[in-house]
Amino acid sequence: MIVSQLKPLQEILGYLNGERSVFIVGCKGCAEVCHTGDEAQVLDMKQKLEQEGKAVTGYCVIDFLCDKALVKMRLMAHQSEIQAADSLLVMTCGIGVQAVAAVVNKLVHPAANTINMGGSRGEWRGAERCRECGDCVLDMTAGICPLTACTKGLLNGPCGGAKDGRCEVEPEVRECGWHLIYERLNKLGRLDKMTGRPVLKDYRKMMPPKELRSTLMWALEQQETKV
Amino acid sequence: MTLREKLGSGKFVVTAEVGPAKGVDTHEFLENVELLKNRVDAINCTDQQSAVMRLGSLAGCYLIRQKGGEPIFQMTCRDRNRIALQSDLLNAYVFGIENVLCLTGDFVTLGDHPDAKPVFDLDSVSLLYAAKQLEQGKDLAGKDLTGAPRFFLGACVTPGAEPLEPQLLKMERKVKAGAKFFQTQAVYEPKKFETFMKEARKFGVPVLVGIVLLRSAAMARFMNKNVAGIHVPDELIAEMDRAENKLQKGVEIAARLIREMKDMCQGVHIMAIGLESKVPAILDAAGL
Ligand code: SF4
Ligand code: SF4
Repeated sequence: MIVSQLKPLQEILGYLNGERSVFIVGCKGCAEVCHTGDEAQVLDMKQKLEQEGKAVTGYCVIDFLCDKALVKMRLMAHQSEIQAADSLLVMTCGIGVQAVAAVVNKLVHPAANTINMGGSRGEWRGAERCRECGDCVLDMTAGICPLTACTKGLLNGPCGGAKDGRCEVEPEVRECGWHLIYERLNKLGRLDKMTGRPVLKDYRKMMPPKELRSTLMWALEQQETKV
Repeated sequence: MTLREKLGSGKFVVTAEVGPAKGVDTHEFLENVELLKNRVDAINCTDQQSAVMRLGSLAGCYLIRQKGGEPIFQMTCRDRNRIALQSDLLNAYVFGIENVLCLTGDFVTLGDHPDAKPVFDLDSVSLLYAAKQLEQGKDLAGKDLTGAPRFFLGACVTPGAEPLEPQLLKMERKVKAGAKFFQTQAVYEPKKFETFMKEARKFGVPVLVGIVLLRSAAMARFMNKNVAGIHVPDELIAEMDRAENKLQKGVEIAARLIREMKDMCQGVHIMAIGLESKVPAILDAAGL
């Protein structure tokens, strides 16, 4: 199971700064078990955002957000609501956020931090990957994880090594992750996200919190006893 | 005058790089320093260039200083985490080294220890930021320092990158993080450099155009194929092919490039890669 934890509301509101409306996507997979993206959490988030003056154009809770084909199909039914929104807030793990970002033509914000994947990649079929960094930065990278898409895991933009959109390391097989990020941000008209303050990672957060650091089974049990 | 003062006064500045030996025989290194120190305004010392393990940049800069040259300490983020990087910045300062060129660094698999663990805890931008913090008497953890260092911080940019925009965005980020001068990747196309400078000028920081000495047509073809952001145009390759004395031709081309781009920027940075003895000849031919 992939363990994720909701980000503080203030951080999410920071992402939505300057935006008026948002479409929320939830997940009935692992995120339901962790209570980061089930229907109740989505409705709770909707209410909180509305209280903060944001318009929620709609929401959708999908069985497995890590299943890109399914995500694409299910979101089709909400096209007009998504079009009406400035951005999407995705309440699930890093893979789910990246899967949504890959199929919509909008800026996507992560609502959760991915803490532990327990060796699982969910229903992952695509290129999106997550390193369970515990402090998701997908908001500033248009939903492409720089920790995994960039060979060096750079957080502040491309190194000088990209050539024709390929990485300096094994260009035959690797695209430059930052080139992909640049292209998507450019398409979304949000290149300003590439010139922000320097970002440093807190590598402590890479270690799952003590309560989750035991076995996967144990993590699951913990979640169940909390229900 | 220091590099900071020279660039501040608007003087056209010349820098050149030297690479320390793979080992402890510093004979050739010191010879090169001796040769360059009165011909150039500052000497860069590379940091495990191309991820090849060798004598370090800090030791190299110390030796340059001892010989009376002005060193530029190149630092990459590939081999050290934020603790070691900050510490080496402090080390540099107490050795009298003020100029620091903050780089991300080539990936480990490009070098001679491809099995090493890559670090990249920081990158060029966050390294600049760390140095700025230290100048303010604080480290990255927010802890107070006893005595704050002072640096003249630089960074690198690739004017020939395609597309150019990501490079410019990153350059902007580096300027915001504290970069006060730029040394560029090698340029062989003055037209492209002109386009770049039109955009880069708005940042208001001095740019030193990078010149890599060509030694053969094969070297040019190799760079075109393998080095990001470097493009040697066909005419130059043909010129090298035709030349009888390749090295002399390389010197001539380097000098010509400098003359063509001199008025577009604030200085030139020469990378002779093992042929440092040719740097004075390039400068003579370029009229510098
Ligand atoms: S930034 Fe990347 S590694 Fe970190 S949680 Fe998000 S997707 Fe996962
Ligand atoms: S070329 Fe691109 S993907 Fe490769 S290390 Fe540099 S920024 Fe990262």
